[in-house]
Order: sequence, then C-alpha cells, then structure tokens
Amino acid sequence: MSSVTIATLPREELLAPGHRMCQGCGAAIVMRHLLKALGKNVIIAHATGCVEVTTTLYPETAWRVPWVHVAFENAAAVASGIEAAIKVLKRKGVIESSKKVKVVAIGGDGGTVDIGLQALSGMLERGHNILYVLYDNEAYMNTGIQRSGATPMYAWTTTTPAGKVWRGEWRRKKDIVSIVRAHGVPYAATVNFAYITDFYTKIRKAAEIEGPTFIHAFAPCVPGWRYEPHLTVKIAKLAVQTGIWVNYEIEKGVFRVTTPVPRRLPVGEYLKLQGRFAHLTKEEIETIQRIVDEDVEYINKLAGATVIGPVERKG
Amino acid sequence: MAKLPGWRELPRGAVILEPGSSVRYKTDSWRVLRPVIDQERCIRCRICWTYCPEPAIIEVEEPYTTKTGRAYRISYRIDYDYCKGCGICAEECPVKAITMIEEVV
Repeated sequence: MSSVTIATLPREELLAPGHRMCQGCGAAIVMRHLLKALGKNVIIAHATGCVEVTTTLYPETAWRVPWVHVAFENAAAVASGIEAAIKVLKRKGVIESSKKVKVVAIGGDGGTVDIGLQALSGMLERGHNILYVLYDNEAYMNTGIQRSGATPMYAWTTTTPAGKVWRGEWRRKKDIVSIVRAHGVPYAATVNFAYITDFYTKIRKAAEIEGPTFIHAFAPCVPGWRYEPHLTVKIAKLAVQTGIWVNYEIEKGVFRVTTPVPRRLPVGEYLKLQGRFAHLTKEEIETIQRIVDEDVEYINKLAGATVIGPVERKG
Repeated sequence: MAKLPGWRELPRGAVILEPGSSVRYKTDSWRVLRPVIDQERCIRCRICWTYCPEPAIIEVEEPYTTKTGRAYRISYRIDYDYCKGCGICAEECPVKAITMIEEVV
C-alpha cells in the first residue's frame, strides 16, 4: 500500500452537503473522510444516532452510496445479514463472484458501547467480513447530551450534571477496543482525523482485511462538549497531544501505537477549551491527569516501549 | 404548501432513490460569519478542504498566479450555499489566508 498524503486524498465527495450536522461537527468530518477512504463499493448499515438523523431527513439523503437505516441496537446484526446475503447471491450466480463489495456498519458511542454491544459481539464472534466504525462523541448527543458508556470521567452531561454533590460523570470511559480485541478479531484500531493520513491508512487497511474489523473514531461534538465550533480540529489534536486519545492499531494481536507522543501536554490544555469540564477544580483536573497517566502506562506496557512520553510541565 | 404524496405513491419501504439529494437543501442561512479566502496568500495546502465538515470548500481546476509570480494549478472556492460558517477553515489555515467576516443582511 502506497503511503497516504493530504495531496493524494480523493477529490470525489461521497457525502453530499446539505446535511444537517451541526456547525463544525466532528462526526461530519469523520463520515466525509470515511467514505473517501472506502470508495464507492460499500453498503452501509447505520445505527440510529446523530449522523443517521441529520443525513437522512426524508425524502432526502446525503449519502451517495447504498445505505440502510437500522434501529439503535442492530447495525452489526443488519450488516451481518447483508454480508451473508451477498455470499449467497454470489454462490447462486446473481452477483458476479469477483465483485468486491464491503459491508460497513456505523454506530455512535451509544449505539455501539451501550445499546448495540450485543449485536456487535455477535458479529465479531461469527466472523463476518464487515468493517464496524464507531464514531465516538462521548454521549447521546442527538437526543440531548445524555451520558453513555463512552462519556469520560467528570464530563458534564444532562444526566450527569455538575453541582455541589454531582461533579459530572463519575465513572471511567469504557474501553471498547479492548472488548473488541477480546473477540480475537484480525484488526482493530483507533483513529483521529487531526492525523488524517493515519486515519486513511487504517480505514483502508481495515476494509481490505477479510473478517470482522473495528475502527474507533474520535468525533468532537460542538453542542455536547460546549466549545466554539471553529475549535473542532484543535481539540481533536489536543486529545492526542495530551494522551487522552491514543492512535493505535491491533493487527493479528500485535499492538502498535501509530502516533507516538514523546512529550505529552498536561490534560488541562484539552479540558479548558470545553464547557463540559468548566466546573472542575484543580484537584479534579489532577485526578483526570492521574487516570490518563495510568492509561498511558498501560498503553506503553502493551507497546513494550515508552511510545507516549511523560507530561511536559510548563515553567 | 404542495400536497404531500400518499403512501401508495411512495416507493416501497419509502426508500430514497436519489443519492445525495440533500444538496437540494441549502444550509447557508445557518451562517453568522462568512469565510473569505485571500487567493494571494493561499498556498493551496488543502487543509481547509480537508477539514470542512459539509463539504463546502471546493477544489477547482482554476489556475492562479499571484502578484509575486507564484503559479498554482488549482484554487479553493467556498460554496456559500452550504457553508454553515463554523470557522474551522480559518482556524486551521497555516498562513491565515481565510478571514471570517460578519454576514450582513
């Protein structure tokens, strides 16, 4: 595979404008480049979520590829059915057996780590030739910012408010890629569009590999994370630079960090731009820093080297 | 308002048969700030095009030569029918060739 550069990204747009995703939506950037990376020969099964409701307001659609809307919990199950049907139609000679069609399931964090987890697990277990893409905006944004299993610690949401007693979410973010990895899948990776060439390389790799593959994509959310819309890419980049988000891949059980960060920024740099963390005290920010330090230590252990370095303290 | 079609007139399963038909819906009224590209300063790095969520930045085969004599094969144009004015392009532009100016009605 030749290496990807910004200059080689395909010009053709497979996600049409006119969709109603918010100003500066992170998930919109994910979807646009996901389609560019995959190309036209895909069939998408899309779980209920922000992207689903904002791209397909009847009687219009923003998708320029075959796309089916499914319920919140069963994107992986419907994708499994489509994939099995293609196999049968190829066997019966209805579809040419040489024709390459990739079935892709897309879900948000709610539709993947909470409601759709069972269907996802079944899909991974049965070994379907499907790419599952999770776009993670860390809460149920389209219904009004309710917390999900992917909401990070101390984040304000409408169901984990920040006051004197409650300080936002009090549980840690669910590690979905580890759950996926435990199924023994051939490929699982995390992507962040601030590192766009890494994003393309992984999606293309995941689409080419036969069998169930998984992509966990970072998707900042303007109204849910409470920040100014022009900061989406900056926040995505800071997530990697602070070590809150780590770009890695697990290929046939081999763990590799694809975006090493020799010197990390303090987590405060990432948190201070977002209103969902505006209530935090110094001590609480220190707690988040400790959690990130622990996660980074675990990542380095898996990688077998210090790929994510220590925090750079200013002054 | 035009009469909406009944269920008998709709395709089975109410499937949408026209890909990308959302282009009929213009999102320009969402915009408060309007991005303007200074073609003189623009270095054609493709970053604004990459990070536009709509997409509302179009890459066109339009040659352009700056006053200082730099020749480019392509140019970037903003599609004001769809730009929602988020300002990511202006924020990410490495040479600050995009400015956000207030929309006046």
